[in-house]
Amino acid sequence: MEVPILKQGDYLIASIQAALSDADLLRLRDDLAQRVGRFRSRGVIVDVTVLDVMDSFAVRTLRNIGQILKMRGAETVIVGIQPEVAFAMVQLGLTLTDVWTALDLEESISFLDRLMKAGRTQGE
Amino acid sequence: MNDIAISISSDQDIVIARQRGRELAAKLGFSSTEQIAIATAISELSRNIVEYAKRGEVILSLTPSQGNGRGSLQITARDRGPGIPDVALAMRDGYSTSRSLGLGLPGTRRLMDEFEIVSKPGKGTTVTIRKWI
Repeated sequence: MEVPILKQGDYLIASIQAALSDADLLRLRDDLAQRVGRFRSRGVIVDVTVLDVMDSFAVRTLRNIGQILKMRGAETVIVGIQPEVAFAMVQLGLTLTDVWTALDLEESISFLDRLMKAGRTQGE
Repeated sequence: MNDIAISISSDQDIVIARQRGRELAAKLGFSSTEQIAIATAISELSRNIVEYAKRGEVILSLTPSQGNGRGSLQITARDRGPGIPDVALAMRDGYSTSRSLGLGLPGTRRLMDEFEIVSKPGKGTTVTIRKWI
């Protein structure tokens, strides 16, 4: 199941459509690493709203995506973690570091806008 | 209900096993939080099979009520892999012998109501977990 990746301005949006196997997750990681360079994206949003299970492998791969994209000059925001999924992740002992999180797509875009603006001000 | 056996040998099978588990949990009336806890636990146990033993099986079954008057959904994850040399160590948080974040066993135990593990080096591992209905 390939994850569609849309370009919106400076950002990429990966909308997960269905349950992902480990191989699908790794392909998403590789696709994002490539496209961030091709489109010179500053931010990447990964929408996980439809995922009902985020186990150790999924969380590790999302963290890796955050680390890799950071090295490619982009920030990663994970959006749409469902409350029940968050609960299971916490019980399992998983923490989502190296990425930002936001409630939904709209929230993540305004968050990235603020982050980019702050970054530019800092750089000047 | 007949037991449901799912053979596990690839990452696709991990997805199938946890989906079947969630469907069954929904049918049995578990809340959505419990369904997801069960599916996540199945995912971790199936992942251990693929990672450490290459192949094995996950069996979903219904156990009759015990002394507490409650039946439970039982999940058995069984393999004939290398086994775990030190089970006590594997049950410690943060312990891992592989590339993964850990065997996920302590976390899996927290997601469920009951947890049993039998492992013999060279013979394989059987993990049985239950969620009370």
